[in-house]
Amino acid sequence: MAKVIVVTSGKGGVGKTTSAAAISTGLAQRGHRTVVIDFDVGLRNLDLVMGVERRVVFDFVNVINDGIRLNQALIKDKRVDNLFILPTSQTRDKDALTREGVERVMEELRAEFDYIICDSPAGIEKGAQMALYFADEAIVVTNPEISSVRDSDRILGLLHSRSRRAELGLDPIRAHLLLTRYDLDRVQRGDMLKLEDVVDILAIPVLGVIPNDPMVLHCSNLGLPVILERKSRAGEAYRDAVARLLGEQVEMRFVKPERRGLLDWLVRRSA
Amino acid sequence: MAEQQDERLPFRIRGSLQTLLALQLIEPDHPRLLPELEAKLAHASQFYRDAPLLLDLAAVRARPPIDLGRLVGDLRRLGLHPVGVQNPSPPWREAAEQAGLAVFGPGTQPPERRPRAPQARSAMVVDRPVRGGEQIVAREGDLVVLGPVGHGAEIAASGHVHVYAPLRGRAFAGIDGDSGAMIFCDRLEAELVSIAGVYLVAEEFEPAVSGARVHIRRRGEALVITPCGA
Ligand SMILES: Nc1ncnc2c1ncn2[C@@H]1O[C@H](COP(=O)(O)OP(=O)(O)OP(=O)(O)O)[C@@H](O)[C@H]1O
Ligand SMILES: [Mg+2]
Repeated sequence: MAKVIVVTSGKGGVGKTTSAAAISTGLAQRGHRTVVIDFDVGLRNLDLVMGVERRVVFDFVNVINDGIRLNQALIKDKRVDNLFILPTSQTRDKDALTREGVERVMEELRAEFDYIICDSPAGIEKGAQMALYFADEAIVVTNPEISSVRDSDRILGLLHSRSRRAELGLDPIRAHLLLTRYDLDRVQRGDMLKLEDVVDILAIPVLGVIPNDPMVLHCSNLGLPVILERKSRAGEAYRDAVARLLGEQVEMRFVKPERRGLLDWLVRRSA
Repeated sequence: MAEQQDERLPFRIRGSLQTLLALQLIEPDHPRLLPELEAKLAHASQFYRDAPLLLDLAAVRARPPIDLGRLVGDLRRLGLHPVGVQNPSPPWREAAEQAGLAVFGPGTQPPERRPRAPQARSAMVVDRPVRGGEQIVAREGDLVVLGPVGHGAEIAASGHVHVYAPLRGRAFAGIDGDSGAMIFCDRLEAELVSIAGVYLVAEEFEPAVSGARVHIRRRGEALVITPCGA
């Protein structure tokens, strides 16, 4: 059974696109047929982060409005098997997506894929609501700061009331917390919220904690999902999150200070 | 047959029962009437907004009527929708009719006036978190919430409000005027609490009760917050 997962946040710039790219890549690496869709019509970041922006001919909006077939718009990833990208349009606006059109595309994708990952635009308006409407599960991307946590809380309300599942009275969307840009130093100084504080407020299970990592920006400039970068801590954390999404028990990393003993220092020096 | 006749009519007449909010006029030409009302509404929940409103004239029926048309206009600007009056004297009734307001029967008094029997009343149970932007109203009876109530969420009941988790949004008990209604919560982090129209905002909470398990009751025109077990 195909699963539709929306990556959403309310607040902008918290790491939705980064996460959608990493998680879809991770799922495909684990052998699941995966497609990642850019719902952020007019901005179009996903194809950049996925490194396919120079291969875009047709897009999601063309499939909905202009009689283009899905196969003509889907871009197959060259690095990872089982991974496809459905880019969006940069010239149209959010009204270009209709409920009926999106539903038709979703049905077609459900027949072919195991996972359909929807990269939501920021906000709580129409665009974000369209991205979450067909979801079975949600990854709520949150930064460890009050404004982001509050926006996530609002999005959780919308997931509960404005989704197809809610309207049909089906089981509610399963929501997971993905805490990103987690900066342990700033958390310890009290400048940012601790994981426990965020969980206390949002009251949903934790899919992962992604450390703040300069490699993220570096990789997205290269068009490389960070999960493919072996040497990145964020990449490791995303791999853990993918494993948890697949039901595995993985200990949470990057939430406690690493031991900085003398031995540790010596090891580092000699490495 | 009556039913067949109904089929042919372009309308149908049915009885309907509604609970209306009543604004009791005490000093109808007091200069602070509108500013005070506006301030009150600013802190009140959305459910006062756009709600049909009755003007209760019981307290002013002995004096000469004011220009009700003007008052209606002013109230509309505040987002209220006066639809009629109750308890008018004949001159007030005339003023109401001129202002296009309906005249209602005396209606049942709000429960505030009656000692509330401790009988079981139905409660609405919400078995999940209430998120920012959500609004949950138990129109008849108590509201019991088992999950946290987020910042920017509003919960309200005509009876008591119980939250067995942190309360971070706004809570309104006794929304139909029952000043015996109470608010209970596991952790008081609310933005605002209100019982039968009397409210306190977070800034006014004593440090001793912020973050504590508390119950809140109304005493006269004030709210009293008490840690549970104290
Ligand atoms: N774990 C991280 N560590 C450091 N930087 C990060 C991390 N995650 C995301 N970023 C950076 O934050 C910025 C925003 O990321 P991204 O575009 O993924 O957010 P978004 O939620 O999709 O934004 P929008 O709301 O505009 O769609 C980017 O510059 C990205 O490189
Ligand atoms: Mg984005």
